[in-house]
Order: sequence, then structure tokens, then C-alpha cells
Amino acid sequence: MNYDVLIIGCGITGAAAAFELSKYQLKVGILERENDVATGTTRANSAILHAGYDPKPGTLMAKLNVRGSALAQTLCKALAVPYQPCGSLVLAFSEEENAIVERLYRQGIENGVPHLTILTGEQARTMEPNLSDRVTAALHAPTAALCLPWTYCLALAETAVRNGVQLHLNTAVTGLEQTGDGWLVHTAQGDAVKARYILNAAGVDAQTVHALAAPHTFTIHPVRGQYDLLDKSEGGRVGRIIFQCPNAMGKGVLVAPTVHGNLIVGPDAIPVSGCDVSVTAEGLDAVRKAAAQSVPSLAFRQSIRNFAGVRAVADTGDFVLEEAAPHFIDLAGICSPGLSAAPAIAEYAVELLKRAGLSLKQKTSFLSSRSHICFHQRSAGERAALVAQNPAYGRVVCRCETVTEGEILDALHSVIPPQSVDGVKRRVNTGMGRCQGGFCSPRVVELLAKAWQQSPQEILQDRAGTWLLACETKGRDTSCTT
Amino acid sequence: MYDLIVIGGGPAGLAAACTAWEKGLRRILLVERERELGGILNQCIHNGFGLHHFKEELTGPEYAGRFIQKLRQTGVEVLLDTMVLDIAENRTVHMVGASTGYRIEQAKAIILAMGCRERPRGAIGIPGTRPAGIFTAGTAQRYVNIEGWLPGKRVVILGSGDIGLIMARRMTLEGAKVLACVELMPYSNGLNRNIVQCLSDYDIPLYLSHTVTEIRGKSRVEQVVIARVDETRTPIPGTEQVFDCDTLLLSVGLIPENELTRQAGIEMDGRTGGAVVCETMETSQPGVFACGNVVHVHDLVDFVTAESQRAGEAAARYVLSGQKAVPVLEVQAGNGVTYTVPQRIHPDQVEKACPLFLRVNQVYRERGLTLTCGEETLATFHRDHLAPGEMVQIVLTKALLERAAGTLTVSVQEAT
Repeated sequence: MNYDVLIIGCGITGAAAAFELSKYQLKVGILERENDVATGTTRANSAILHAGYDPKPGTLMAKLNVRGSALAQTLCKALAVPYQPCGSLVLAFSEEENAIVERLYRQGIENGVPHLTILTGEQARTMEPNLSDRVTAALHAPTAALCLPWTYCLALAETAVRNGVQLHLNTAVTGLEQTGDGWLVHTAQGDAVKARYILNAAGVDAQTVHALAAPHTFTIHPVRGQYDLLDKSEGGRVGRIIFQCPNAMGKGVLVAPTVHGNLIVGPDAIPVSGCDVSVTAEGLDAVRKAAAQSVPSLAFRQSIRNFAGVRAVADTGDFVLEEAAPHFIDLAGICSPGLSAAPAIAEYAVELLKRAGLSLKQKTSFLSSRSHICFHQRSAGERAALVAQNPAYGRVVCRCETVTEGEILDALHSVIPPQSVDGVKRRVNTGMGRCQGGFCSPRVVELLAKAWQQSPQEILQDRAGTWLLACETKGRDTSCTT
Repeated sequence: MYDLIVIGGGPAGLAAACTAWEKGLRRILLVERERELGGILNQCIHNGFGLHHFKEELTGPEYAGRFIQKLRQTGVEVLLDTMVLDIAENRTVHMVGASTGYRIEQAKAIILAMGCRERPRGAIGIPGTRPAGIFTAGTAQRYVNIEGWLPGKRVVILGSGDIGLIMARRMTLEGAKVLACVELMPYSNGLNRNIVQCLSDYDIPLYLSHTVTEIRGKSRVEQVVIARVDETRTPIPGTEQVFDCDTLLLSVGLIPENELTRQAGIEMDGRTGGAVVCETMETSQPGVFACGNVVHVHDLVDFVTAESQRAGEAAARYVLSGQKAVPVLEVQAGNGVTYTVPQRIHPDQVEKACPLFLRVNQVYRERGLTLTCGEETLATFHRDHLAPGEMVQIVLTKALLERAAGTLTVSVQEAT
């Protein structure tokens, strides 16, 4: 294999870069260690596109957040990614915090964030009646939005693949060797890959990949954040993303609706080593307590899932976007607001490649849109037409989220088909609801087994090693099962 | 236009449809989302069903089979593999199925019989990693009994609900090692006969007043940590025990499945998780009835059948003779009582007597359940033993109800 540009890692950063590069006449490849895209930081985060008042003016974060969020609006629409421009509030609970809100306001203006206003506590409560009586002031940023990170990443990656990018899943990088005109990339799978340029988008492991190519320039400190996801019955508790004032560890605990109509609460910020996504009772308790300060009426017994994600925080305090060795470019330290900034980071990466000598020529034909059928979002008439056209859209597999067999088959026939039960979940929402896959997972296993021509026993829950079924029952007669 | 649409073809829907037919309705449609009738009974291949209703011990599929046979002798129309998506104005039901297509049907009455589902891991917030190998007991039951796969070989079970107990035995019989059954409360929520027949008979230890405090394992469950809890159900540090296992089964409660009910704007009871119903199982929406586990979670399918027969009969009466406006009494859960079903009673509609079902909040011995109206005690029902895991039934006679002037309250008597 021989590439002009090879991207290491297919989270939101790698996928956005691949999408951007697929507009040009280049041979582009992506190496992803896991069996799917969006399995690291992209998978578990607040699912928010920030307005951009948080980052310090003049930083890459400040510049690329505002630009990225603006690009996301059109990109999400073109690529059928759920996107909800709901706006955000940062709450103040004291005189000192009123001052922080004012500072964020000035910072936002300087960063070029449009339509910011400062509200009194009363005005904030009129906007969001479930806010605490103790709120003294709030910063309103109408350009903040909700999105679905893994769909965003998948849509970018899929579109890149449809435009000729080659995605290699289950391919871990083990060594980088400089050659005359670029790099020889060694992988755990044995095949070496040649690349003229490398983009390091390895997330939490970006430092490890960097170390294979260049001397030390930054350190990644993984920071774990825990979240609690509540049932849709709580989804209407707030209509906007509700932040508290930022502290030294980050943006603090937020309360927000999700694009699926649930309510999300979190995160905390605990330094961890590596990709530790375990949840602790104390952490969850602290998150809930903090959230209840903003919205006292939250009903946590409606929790349907809790989870944690790890943010790749660099010690430089900013995104690390630079050519670290000849033709080796870091896209590292992509912590918050990395999701918001992703398409702008991709543009920046193209600039860096150009500066490093890559010549770019636009393709004459580029597929810039993507379609996706989501049965339950259709009207009664459209649903009837879908079922008439393909009966598989009439078979509801996931009851909680009304996901049909037709949608699962669409995913299985897509350019990046799911390889596990959770892969299906990330694409079509099976198992995302109240029963968390209790009813639908056996059906999803059956469909995966059929599509991959495997035994159900070989089907994975998620990444490699996550086996589901130990063995056949005694005297199992395969001729009578469906 | 149908006389009646029954949503759900499990034990509740089957009994309701059969009775509505017997009582004279002729245009009945039963909609079932699975490929077969019978509901969750189909995967309950153990025996113990039917002792009350049939006076004999049947397996789940046998119990369902009897009603399916009965239904086949009626003219009830059945749509399988069809899911109801919406109940709109004027009892208009939207449904979809691969061979059904997208259909919109109207009915004079509707019976909701969608059953319930299991509480997942998130609902109880167990800390730790998120590996594969965590199943609700019912999902594991489906894999073993329907699909023919054993989901794991070394198992810890959290919760001592009946499905968890049944699966402890089932997985043992399939060659798995069940290491422990862990119960948060100081008593089991399962039937006593299941504790004996599913745990004791197989030397599976039951840890009461314990809970799972951590799940460990990167890809698949590797260890489960349990600890004793104090009176406030908080884990006590230093009491941890670690089990090497590959599977954690959850049997931590059932939740009535009421998306359609809520969507239709029907009044709900936060304590049961089901619709508010009166003695005929009619909901707040005229002509819409509900029965079985979608109203409140039952211990025995026999009770589901009885309740659903009452709903079927009432729906037939509603369609055939209409409804008169009659006075209504509210029923309140008083001291020690977590909920009652029904929550409302129309004394004028009661012929001789109506049953009242309730659950208590803890274990009591030798107590009375009192029925009061204002200051006046209308009746006391003595019970030797009361427990949250056992649904209580008291019978309210017409004579008794006629003495009530306002809201009725059922309470557990204070200890004397």
C-alpha cells in the first residue's frame, strides 16, 4: 500500500481530516486500531458543539472552535448528522461568578462568537423555568448546538471512503520509519504501509505515536469524565445546554438535552492513566450533586445508563497542530472543544500539509452529501411508503427507539459496515433506549451473524475480545432455530 | 372499524381477547410484535404456572398454549410481527409490520397489554468498567431457552427476583457455575419456592443485604465485587468479596412498558409505573383499558389472567352497552402501602365485590390492613405475613363500598 497522506486514528479528528483531504486528487488512507471508527474520545463526551467563548483568545482552540462550529452547521445538514442548535447558558451563583460570566462574555466577543448576551437570574429562569432560584446571572450563547459525535465521525469517514479514501480497521501502528520521500509505517498486522505524509490523529495515544517519529514535544494527560444519561421522561427538563462557571479542570458539570431527547448530566474531570473509562460511585454521586445545583428538580432515578470518556488533554494548554518531523504532522491534544473544532482542524491540517510541500489539486467530482433513513423520524405517510417499498422497514427490532430491520440492513450494507452489536447501536440507535438492548440484542446478533456469515457465537458486543456467547446449550438443534 | 383492538399477545392480551369474544364482541383485532403469540411465557420453560387458574402445574409455553388454543376457536383476528407505533385521537391505532405494512385502524375500545421490561444496569448505576457479559436475566433466558446459547460459564446474579432465581438453576443445569445470588434487601423479592428449588437445591449461596459495588474487566467481565450494605443500603467498606466470573446477570426489577400509554396522554401512576385504572381496568381515557404487567408488575401469571379477563369483560360491556356517568371514589395508598390497583372505584358499577391489589413497603408479621374513609375505619383485613415481593389482594364488597363517602385509604396497621 502506498499513500500520499496516511492518517493514524479514525476518531472525529482523523475522520474530518480524511473528509477534507478526499476533496483533492490524493491517495489517502486511514489506519484505525479498533474494529470501528469513533471508539475513543469521540465515543463518550458531552455531544456538544460549543459556541467558542471558553478558549483563551489567540489560541488555536479559540480560532478553530468558532470556525468549526460554524462549519458544522452546514456539514451536519449535508451529511445527515443529527444537529440541534439549542443554545447554551453559563450560570453564575455568586458575585464572583457574575464576574466570570462577564469575563467569558468579553472573551467570546474577542473570539468572534456571535449573538452573546448576559442575562439576569430572572431572565435565565424565564428562559429555563427549571433553573435553580440561586442563579444570579447567565451568559447566553445561541450558537451552541447539540450533535451526535459518533454519527458525525461516521458520516465524515463514510463520505471520505465514498470519495476514495481507504479505511483500514483493526490495524494498529507499531513503528514509523523515515524513508527518502516519507515514511514506512509498520503495523501489528504485518503489512508495512508507505506514506509520503502522516497525520497523527491518535487521540489519547497521540503521544505514543508521536514518539515513534519525533522527539518529545508534548505530554498527553488523559482526563476522565463521567456522565449519567436519563430517560426521555427527563428530556424536557431543560431546552438548552446548561453550564456552570468553568474551573481549573474544565468546563464543569453540564445539564443538557440530547439529540435523542434524553437528558445528559456530566462530566467530572479525573486524571487517569491510559484509556480508563470505568465509572465510580463517588464520581457519579458528585456529578449528580453538581448538576442538581443548576437544575434542582432532576429525577436521577430515571437514569438509564452511566458511562465515562477520556479527554486527551495536552500539557501545552492548546491543541498541538504542527509538523513535528519532516512530513509528520501532529493533530494532538484534541480535548474539548475538539468536537466543535474538528472541521476547522481538518482545514488547518490541509494548510500544514501544503506548507510541508504537498501539492493539492481539487477533484472534479466530489460527493458532498450523504443520506440516511431514520424510520421513526418520518411522517405516517412516509413510513407507509418506506414499508411498501421494502417490508424490512416494517419490522421493528428495537422497541424503545423504534428501529427497524431495514435500517439495520442499510447499515450492514454501508461502506463502513458495523462489526459488532455496539457498532450497530452507534449507527442506528438499537439498544439506546430504556431497556438498553435487553429485547433487541438477540435480534441484532442474529442479523450480524447472517450478514457476516458467522456463527452467533463469533459476534462481539463491541471491540475485539468482547465475546457474548460462551457455547451452545446442551443438545442444541441448529435446524430448529431461526 | 373494530369493536376492540388488543395491543399485546402475551398472557394479558390473550385472556382479554378471549373474554371479550365470550362476552359478545365479534370484531376484535389482537396485535403482537413478536413472531409468535404467548409473550415472555414462551421463554419460561420451567413449571409452576397455572396453579391458581388451571389448578395444575404447567410450563410457561403450556400455559400460553392453552390460551392460544382457546383464541384459535374464536374469530379474533391476529396480526403477528406487527408493532403498534401510536394511539391517536378517537382510538385510532397506527401499526407497522413486514407483512402487515403500515396500517391505521380505529376501534370502539382498546385494551393495552404490552407487558413490562427489565431494569437495565444503568438504572441501578453499578460502578466499574463496561465490558461484555452483563445481561438482564430475561435476555439471558432468551439466549438459553429460545436461541440455544449459553451466555457465560461463571455467573454472579444481582437481585433475587424470580427470573434471576430461575436463571440460576437454568444456567447451572446447562453447565455454568453460578457463584452467588446477591440481594440488596434483607429479604428476597422472589417466591419462596424459587429460593428453595433454584438456589438451595443447587447449593448456590444467597447473599442478603449485599450489592455489587464494582464490575471489573476490560473486554469481558473478569471480576465482580460485592459488599454488605447497612440499613440505608449503603455498602460497608471492608466487607468486599471478589468473585472471578465472566457473567453478571441482573434481576433488579421490572418496569411496565408504557410508551404508548404516555404518548396517548393517559393518566399515569408514578408508583406502579402504569396507567391509573378503575375497578374495570379502564384508564383515564374512556374506552381504553389496561391489564397485566403493563398496569403493575404481577407475581403470578394466574393473577394477570384474572385481571385481564375483567378488562376483557368490561371492554365488551363498554362497546355493547355504553357507559353511564357514575360517582367515583379515589383509593389512596396509606402507611406501609406502596400502591393500590385500582386507584379508583365506581361503587355503582360494582356488582357484588371488587378485588383491590396492593403491595407493602417492607416485611410485616401479624398485621391488619385497614380500609378507612376519613376518620372511619370501614374494615380490617388480617394477614399473618406481608412482604414487598408478594402482591396482596383484599376484597371490597358492594356493602362495604356503599358505606364510603369519600376517598378510601388502605394502610398497614401500626404495631401494637
